[in-house]
Amino acid sequence: MKRTAVLRTLAVGASIALLASACSSGSGGSDDSSDGASGDAVTVTWWHNSNTAPGKDYYEQVAKDFEADNPGVKIEISAMQHEDMVTKLDAAFQGGDAPDIYMERGGGELADHVEAGLTKDLSESSKETIDKLGGSVAGWQVDGKTYGLPFSLGVVGFWYNKALFAQAGITEPPATWDDFNADVEKLKAAGIEPVSVGAGDKWPAAHYWYYFAMRECSQDVLADAVKSLDFSDPCFVKAGEDLEALIKTEPFNAGFLATPAQEGPTSASGLLATRKVAMEMQGHWEPGVMQGLTEDKKGLGEDTGWFPFPPVDGGKGAPTAALGGGDAWAVSEDAPDAAVDFVNYLLSDEVQKGFAENSMGLPTNASASQYVADPALAELLKVRDAAPYVQLYFDTAFGQSVGGAMNDEIALLFAGQASPQDIVDATQDAADAEK
Amino acid sequence: MPDRTAEVADRDAPSASSTPSVPSAGRTSVRPAGGGPGGRRRTGSQWRKRLEILFFTAPALILFTLFVVWPIIKAVQFSFYRWKGFGPLVDFVGLKNYVSVLQNDVFIGALEHNLIVVVMSIVLQLPLGLAIALLLNRRMRGQGTLRTIIFVPYVLAEVIAGVVWFQLLQPQYGVIDTLLGAVGLHGPEQGFLGTPKYALMTVIVVLTWKYLGLAVLLFLAGLQSVPDELYEAAQIDGAGWWETQRRIAIPLLGPTIRTWAFLSMIGSLQLFDMVWILTGGGPANATTTMATFLVTEGTKRHNFGIASAASVILFVVALVLALTYQRFVLRRDLQPSRTHKAKKVTR
Repeated sequence: MKRTAVLRTLAVGASIALLASACSSGSGGSDDSSDGASGDAVTVTWWHNSNTAPGKDYYEQVAKDFEADNPGVKIEISAMQHEDMVTKLDAAFQGGDAPDIYMERGGGELADHVEAGLTKDLSESSKETIDKLGGSVAGWQVDGKTYGLPFSLGVVGFWYNKALFAQAGITEPPATWDDFNADVEKLKAAGIEPVSVGAGDKWPAAHYWYYFAMRECSQDVLADAVKSLDFSDPCFVKAGEDLEALIKTEPFNAGFLATPAQEGPTSASGLLATRKVAMEMQGHWEPGVMQGLTEDKKGLGEDTGWFPFPPVDGGKGAPTAALGGGDAWAVSEDAPDAAVDFVNYLLSDEVQKGFAENSMGLPTNASASQYVADPALAELLKVRDAAPYVQLYFDTAFGQSVGGAMNDEIALLFAGQASPQDIVDATQDAADAEK
Repeated sequence: MPDRTAEVADRDAPSASSTPSVPSAGRTSVRPAGGGPGGRRRTGSQWRKRLEILFFTAPALILFTLFVVWPIIKAVQFSFYRWKGFGPLVDFVGLKNYVSVLQNDVFIGALEHNLIVVVMSIVLQLPLGLAIALLLNRRMRGQGTLRTIIFVPYVLAEVIAGVVWFQLLQPQYGVIDTLLGAVGLHGPEQGFLGTPKYALMTVIVVLTWKYLGLAVLLFLAGLQSVPDELYEAAQIDGAGWWETQRRIAIPLLGPTIRTWAFLSMIGSLQLFDMVWILTGGGPANATTTMATFLVTEGTKRHNFGIASAASVILFVVALVLALTYQRFVLRRDLQPSRTHKAKKVTR
């Protein structure tokens, strides 16, 4: 008798299942036929994170131009918000249906992808482009082979609102930490929140620790740590102490522990773009993000300013070394040849020029540098080119497992729940688990 | 749900006969062999019946195996390996992932948060839901509208509700802080979601807002099936409104309440979406749940072995709780339903 009920339930379930499978078989059929079945018609799938104007429109135009020059090739674009894209990429790699062209951040992640045979070796097929890009491709090489073509390489620094600085009586961006702290006080006195940080997403908070570590640790120590995953040098603890001292001055926006990095007007970037805070430490993509977060699509416009991370007294690191990284186009192992052609086209003088003109990032093709119209970005480009070395973001360099543990612990320090030593210990533990 | 409460009403009402009538052919004959007093049928028709059963259940069974059983088996398998999410499974580590999960402060904290949510959901939603259901069960003006208002949060997609609450709870610029400011109060400086000691309570308040509607709906459905005669009899015996509710409505709601509590507990253990949207498990791991822990370990850090071990532990915790609850609490409700269902079918 109970079984009758069970049977009835199963029957209902079965009919729902039948319905569902009937529906899905209707939509599923059309997909596969276009993919490289005949010689002329090729679909290339391309994922990128320029999901706001003008970058989104520009890339649509670029794809159209390429399609016009290469009849039979169809570029299928998916423009996604950055975090969404990263999540979907992970899933795609597991499922074995990665897009033909995707963004690769280099470092430990790329090494994992190469080891798993997911990424195409471009050393031969894109030789010309690689030669043109020069040293920039270094972050995307594994064992001497090149797997990604960087299209934007930038450095992290402070973006600030010139108007708000002026309002607080600050004439020049700070060059030392003493200046910085004095400016924070001036801003507070003027009733302006000094700095926003998206500690809810953890990595924007972690950048502070990375930068302090770069100022405290010599380049040799850092290079060695990236390779050997050994963090015993006392400079790493000092970095945490510097950060702790900075947090104590309470420069950050209210609710920074729960503030997202760049989603929506109440995110850290949104607060800067909508003139609620005076500055934010963020990567080179910030102007583009801010433009997308304001109604007039201009971001801070004329008021956008940029200054580098100040040096630390007594630090062993180079005072002008920059933390940064970039994005490269990588091609899936089983992608059609047209995908490689398109990637080369994306790095051509012509496309990189438009890329620079639209303030979408910092072009790696030297011929396009002159078209960086945004004065703040041009300033940043100078710092990038003058830096003795550009350190890849630690979390990217160390890979997701170690990087994630490190970022979590740094976020805990922001919440006052971890000590400088805890950051080193948590990072070391995660690194030891990797070995 | 109405079935079960109707059954209880039947059981307790003296008028309902408890002798099952003789099953006739037709609907009861769907039961497998030995079901009715009619004895064994011919083997041919039995085979036909089995084929019928197989035919109708196969799609569901296949889907169940594909999307429930298979992933569970895979998760158990992954939990014995160190694996980054792509490439072959080669690095066998035995039970090491389980040890590291159970020694992880963040996971233990997550388990604690889950248990707090389990308890707080019941403690908050049961009295509130019951009170609202009893009130809404009275005939009054605007009854329909009120019911809708109570039920709307539950119908709303979790993600949408989460985003709305996230914006409402923004420090300084959010509606809630503005309202508090207008009456001269100050919210916490870091905001309700940004202050570690308030974050979990804030999430629980939002969850209560979201799921109260379900409790009210289930309780109302249960109350509707309490026969009017019982209320009338009680009134004739001189019971007031409160007395009637306490002695008749609430006891007859017992099975509904027990089933609702079960659903609520399982939901609380698996809590993910609302936390993910509101806090992402932060600040400072103050709101992590077992589900957010395993998603962070898996999709963010690519430690799929550890994430799988955590998911197996979550599965076991939920299973043990579910079985214990069924064994000791739901048993009373499940057993008599057999006789009742038979009665209903033959009626």
